[in-house]
Amino acid sequence: MNRATAAAGMTWRRPPVIANPWLRRGLFIGVPLYLFVALGTLEINWARVMAGMPRALEFLAALASPDFVSRADQIIDGVLESLTMTLVSTFLGFLLSVPVALGAARNLAPVPVYLTCRAIIAISRSFQEIIIAILFVAMLGFGPLAGVATLAFASIGFIAKLAAEEIEAMNPRPLEAIRATGGSWLQRVQWAVQPQVLPRVAGITLYRLDINFRESAIIGIVGAGGIGATLNTAFDRYEFETAAAILLVIIVIVLAAEYTSGWLRGRLR
Amino acid sequence: MLRLEGLGKRYPGSQTAALSDVDLEVGAGDIVALIGPSGAGKSTLIRCINRLVEPTEGRVMLGNQELTGLGARQLRQARRRIGMVFQEFALVDRLSVMENLLSGRLGYVGFWRSALRRFPQSDIDMAFQLLERVGLAGFADRRADALSGGQRQRVGIARALMQAPDLLLVDEPTASLDPRTARQIMRLIDELCRERGLPAIINLHDVPLARQFCPRVVGLTAGRVVYDGPSSALDAEVLTRIYGGEDWEKMAEAAREDEPPDEPGEATRSTADQAGTVPPKAGLP
Ligand SMILES: Nc1ncnc2c1ncn2[C@@H]1O[C@H](COP(=O)(O)OP(=O)(O)OP(=O)(O)O)[C@@H](O)[C@H]1O
Ligand SMILES: [Mg+2]
Repeated sequence: MNRATAAAGMTWRRPPVIANPWLRRGLFIGVPLYLFVALGTLEINWARVMAGMPRALEFLAALASPDFVSRADQIIDGVLESLTMTLVSTFLGFLLSVPVALGAARNLAPVPVYLTCRAIIAISRSFQEIIIAILFVAMLGFGPLAGVATLAFASIGFIAKLAAEEIEAMNPRPLEAIRATGGSWLQRVQWAVQPQVLPRVAGITLYRLDINFRESAIIGIVGAGGIGATLNTAFDRYEFETAAAILLVIIVIVLAAEYTSGWLRGRLR
Repeated sequence: MLRLEGLGKRYPGSQTAALSDVDLEVGAGDIVALIGPSGAGKSTLIRCINRLVEPTEGRVMLGNQELTGLGARQLRQARRRIGMVFQEFALVDRLSVMENLLSGRLGYVGFWRSALRRFPQSDIDMAFQLLERVGLAGFADRRADALSGGQRQRVGIARALMQAPDLLLVDEPTASLDPRTARQIMRLIDELCRERGLPAIINLHDVPLARQFCPRVVGLTAGRVVYDGPSSALDAEVLTRIYGGEDWEKMAEAAREDEPPDEPGEATRSTADQAGTVPPKAGLP
């Protein structure tokens, strides 16, 4: 009997995500309305857009005929400087991240140390690289030193945060076992923590290497050295062909870094 | 050898004590099974002894050293004398079998020596001897995660013995193993302890295993010792006291008569049992 009523062509509809029909309809009408009004408040200077169009076209044309040759020396110098900045800053960032990550793991550090290290991470992560770069350029002058300082500082937040998360998620039993043998804190880290998290942390560091190269191209624009500085100079001189060449070089290197770091991370299981 | 006096533990934020007023004495060569229902506090008791869990009351005496109240450094030195074996083996998976064994010596060597794996030759000799003794000769350079459960527990036991301990704490050594391997592992622990005259406290879920291998049994219920005596005296009455009436009666009944365990008459009977047989303190010294 039950079965008969259940089988009779019952309709079914997915229950709405927002149950209250008034709220639902209000949102359906209100959100597009708000977008429309908000767009209206944007003051778009169409005259300026039209004036810029020829230059945009000029640049697009330049992309089709990049000039690697006339500033070859500067491009090579810029690339080498960026690569050096990337490697040095990632290495420094990794070294500085290790103590911060250990301190920021709740299962290893006492509360005051934990809070301090989490604060360091938060500070490092709360500023965009450009802002840090402006600061370091002001402190250390123009050039790659400011770039290295910027990227190393930004790497701390990134690597230490992810590594600390990794440490907190590891299996606690081996740590307990090493504690039970009478091992010291350093020995516990070296014997129980490091083997468990090292492959992942190496992967995270490689990923950061990749990011640091891209960032090194950007922070050059505010004077922190590297290929970004070369690119900025090219734009300043209206040498769009050279700028196009530099952009292509950056794309190729980022792709190469992406593939190699992906491949390396894949091998680190 | 080991003496617990009025040991108690209350976890922060918890209403009830996980352990209260535990007095226990373990002499040289005693092999003690610690049994009790899940949540009775067996793991807590074992971890309070080497202070992996900090007891909130009472004292732990090992020989004539009081472990409770030791500073961090002395505590580490005292922990070297207490070997520990875990249910989930607690090996470091990415390290080799040899490294896992040598980690039992960490309390004896400095940081740099251990970091560079420069252990004294005597430690390495001991490791090879123990590997052979637990039946894993030739496994030294295997990674720990490439072993079976039984093999991993053998490594866990060998690591604990590498400490040359005065006391062995064993927390459910067989709970992750099949019955046959469980028996082999218990036999191994038993033999090794006898060879060395090493006292051991072994948490067990399996009453028949406790009966077979441990001359003495301590029953724990809701954080209190409710039985302390020979395993030969473990009868239905004692087990009811430890595990609570209903469960034990059902288990025994089901095994004996192969009856459906929730038959109404039986349920009434076991409730009556439970109400009648909860003496406040253990029967034997
Ligand atoms: N870290 C902890 N924090 C808070 N409470 C805990 C903690 N560890 C254990 N407890 C509580 O203490 C009591 C005893 O737990 P314990 O693990 O010692 O029991 P057990 O006898 O070993 O149980 P099982 O046989 O299931 O392993 C339980 O009520 C448990 O919830
Ligand atoms: Mg337990």
